[in-house]
Amino acid sequence: MTRALILLRRRLVGSIFVLLIVVVGTFLLLEAAPGDAVDAYIVSTGGDAGMIELLRHRWGLDQSELTRLANYLWALLHLDLGQSVTFSRPTRDVILERLPNTLLLMVSATALSFGLGSALGIYAGARPGSFRDRFLSIGSLALYAVPGFWLGLMLIIVFAVDLRWLPIGGIETLASDKTGLDRAADIAIHLILPVAALGFIYLALYLRMMRAGMAEVWRQDFVLAARARGLSRRRIVLAHVARNALLPLVTMLGLQSAQMLGGSVVIESVFSVPGLGRLAQEAVASRDTPLLLGIILTSAVLVVVINLLVDIAYAFLDPRVGAGEAGA
Amino acid sequence: MSGFTISRRKMLAGSAMLLASTAMPALGWAQTPKKGGRLVLAADSEPRNLNPAIVASNGVFFISSKIVETLAEASFDGKDGLAPRLALSWEGVDDGLSVTFKLRDGVKWHDGKPFTSADVAFSALQIWKPLQNLGRTLFKDLASVETPDDLTAVFKFAKPTPFQLIRNALPALSSVVPKHIYEVGKIEDNPANNVPIGTGPFKFGEYKAGQYYKLTKNTDYWGKDEPYLDEIIYQVLPDRTSAASALEAEEIQLAAFSAVPLADLDRISKVPGLKVITKGYEGLTYQLVVEINHRRKELADVKVRQAIAHAIDKDFVVKTVFLGYAATATGPVPKNDPQFYTADVPTYAFDVAKANALLDEAGYKKGPDGKRFTLKLLPAPYFNETKQFGDYLRQALAAIGIDAELVNNDSAAHIKAVYTDHAFDLAVGPPVFRGDPAISTTILVQSGIPDGVPFSNQGGYKNDALDALIAKASETLDTSTRTDLYKEFQKEVAADLPLINVAEWSFISVARDTVGNIANNPRWAVSNWADTYLAG
Repeated sequence: MTRALILLRRRLVGSIFVLLIVVVGTFLLLEAAPGDAVDAYIVSTGGDAGMIELLRHRWGLDQSELTRLANYLWALLHLDLGQSVTFSRPTRDVILERLPNTLLLMVSATALSFGLGSALGIYAGARPGSFRDRFLSIGSLALYAVPGFWLGLMLIIVFAVDLRWLPIGGIETLASDKTGLDRAADIAIHLILPVAALGFIYLALYLRMMRAGMAEVWRQDFVLAARARGLSRRRIVLAHVARNALLPLVTMLGLQSAQMLGGSVVIESVFSVPGLGRLAQEAVASRDTPLLLGIILTSAVLVVVINLLVDIAYAFLDPRVGAGEAGA
Repeated sequence: MSGFTISRRKMLAGSAMLLASTAMPALGWAQTPKKGGRLVLAADSEPRNLNPAIVASNGVFFISSKIVETLAEASFDGKDGLAPRLALSWEGVDDGLSVTFKLRDGVKWHDGKPFTSADVAFSALQIWKPLQNLGRTLFKDLASVETPDDLTAVFKFAKPTPFQLIRNALPALSSVVPKHIYEVGKIEDNPANNVPIGTGPFKFGEYKAGQYYKLTKNTDYWGKDEPYLDEIIYQVLPDRTSAASALEAEEIQLAAFSAVPLADLDRISKVPGLKVITKGYEGLTYQLVVEINHRRKELADVKVRQAIAHAIDKDFVVKTVFLGYAATATGPVPKNDPQFYTADVPTYAFDVAKANALLDEAGYKKGPDGKRFTLKLLPAPYFNETKQFGDYLRQALAAIGIDAELVNNDSAAHIKAVYTDHAFDLAVGPPVFRGDPAISTTILVQSGIPDGVPFSNQGGYKNDALDALIAKASETLDTSTRTDLYKEFQKEVAADLPLINVAEWSFISVARDTVGNIANNPRWAVSNWADTYLAG
């Protein structure tokens, strides 16, 4: 347990700097983008010079960049994410409303791609060079090459428009009064298509990594030894080869979580899922700095936490990895 | 239903069709109106402030016009193009200093309190005049509103204000909100801005960000037997392809405001049970214009501007960019406007040879590489069609030796670049025509507008004769004299080309056959839908 604690402490100290860089960097990037929240707002309303001045003042945009950054950091120190300009509500509330949807989507899609990907990878890697190995490798590569939005649209056309088996989008049935298990089932049905679209793209990654890792392990001496001991092929594949090939996949899982967050922007738009990715896109378009900073910060914390969990898991999976090495 | 389903070929008839449609009375349906049901439709944006008295824009009206009503609504067959809503009659005095509204009796707010002239006075003086994006201009000379009794409101102006202008502005600018709700605290921070309370046929139900808005039937509505629908649900569909799929999958029954892209209309019109409707937006016409920065010395020369006008094949633009769902433009007032439009203006036929000759005459000879000069072209990103026209314009300009460098921005960046920084030579813009030149097109031409005002003359154009004409028209009270002045205005603009009007278009609705009473007024999508119904 102490190993994990040392790791945790070291990681937390490092994370604070990472988060600070992320916040300041995002702020400066958004400031460098031409146009502010008022410019974005008046696209749909128009208005005279007096109204525009009034809005800039109301939204605090008549202050200098430095003042606004300082104010933001000071508020952040007090764990206050500020007020969203476009929603006129606390940023924290807006984000917390959407976070569960994105987490649900990400966790399900990761489970799908990791679970199915590594299982198929084991299946393919158990007989390297066989027909099933080649078929799965090529098939998964094809999926990996497909853009996420296209896959999403095709799934919609086939399963929602033509067959009408599944809903076209959203996170649950609109304005229904479902509660408890009914509601959970409703949400699960709505998640099938977006999870498939997001998960299938990353499936190839795990499949190919698992397969490559297994090919590597096959050549190791302990596999030969296991064979010499007369163990069944099934046992060799599962207990010796696959288990050792699994380690790099766990690392990948951590790295992939950030990618998945990016992929969810597109999938959430295509499937009308009210999540963080879509919110981030809207925040950029409306130049809602506090909201975007809040989302980026939330995502950064999420990625840091996931990687921390991965490191801890790693330390337990492979006893050779001490706290020292894992903390790098 | 055949009267409403307009084929693309018919639409190509263009202006004639648009003109005729405003004169056509609402056609009858074979179906009989039925009570009850839930109408689900697509929404592509989520306005945060739903108070139409503060934010007079189509995005807000689309939802809030069912909840909060105006004094009058646009109408195909009513007198002066209006139908009564909260006001039963409106009368201007000849000196232009006062307008009297007689209000509807027995109207109740959604919270049960009675609607009176005090609400109208409060809305006009405390909201429309100081806070509303459009009202700040129109009502700037409104001095007071007298309320001799509960059902009479007399608007008093400090300076003569044309009655015709007030009338034309009523459908968009006169949303009345309850005084008793808004007189407490700061108007901009009032919670009712997000949960509106009005007198309309529907009450605000709930809003789930990123998912839907729900409106429910107002059982106490003043309209006899209205509304028909029990509920209206606006489903938020941010992706441009979603609305068409959702219609086909029968998850929604209506997609207004061209939520289905033009390119999909041909296919979707063949889907059984779906109809494409081009009517019901006559009062929401958008104008495709080339905005010109007159600070560029080449563009300050009227011959160069005329050459650019001659280089644009308007028919091609209507056919290719708008797939026929538009009309070519002749000047700053759209052809489908029943009051002000005149065809008697200088025109610029598509003529590349003439354009080249004009440029030679202006002294900009082609260089050895075939180019005369280079311009920066910024197409507005708000519509697919403005972007596509930008691509077309670049090619059209290349044909006359002008090298246009396309700069594509997102909305906020475009607004800043064009209207604040003036960092453009040519821009493609989609200004809205609001039924009266005084509150729409003149602002694109007149000088003296501060930097940063969007959709206004930020091209540095200054023409004293035109400025004088605009000023005179804004003070002219007699309707026919005023109309004549705006006809003069159209001629002058078409002659001097402070900007180039290319086409006029509006939106398209796609609906299931079961949705009844669609498109029965010129601003249907932003009207109250009290008579909209779902058939069996």
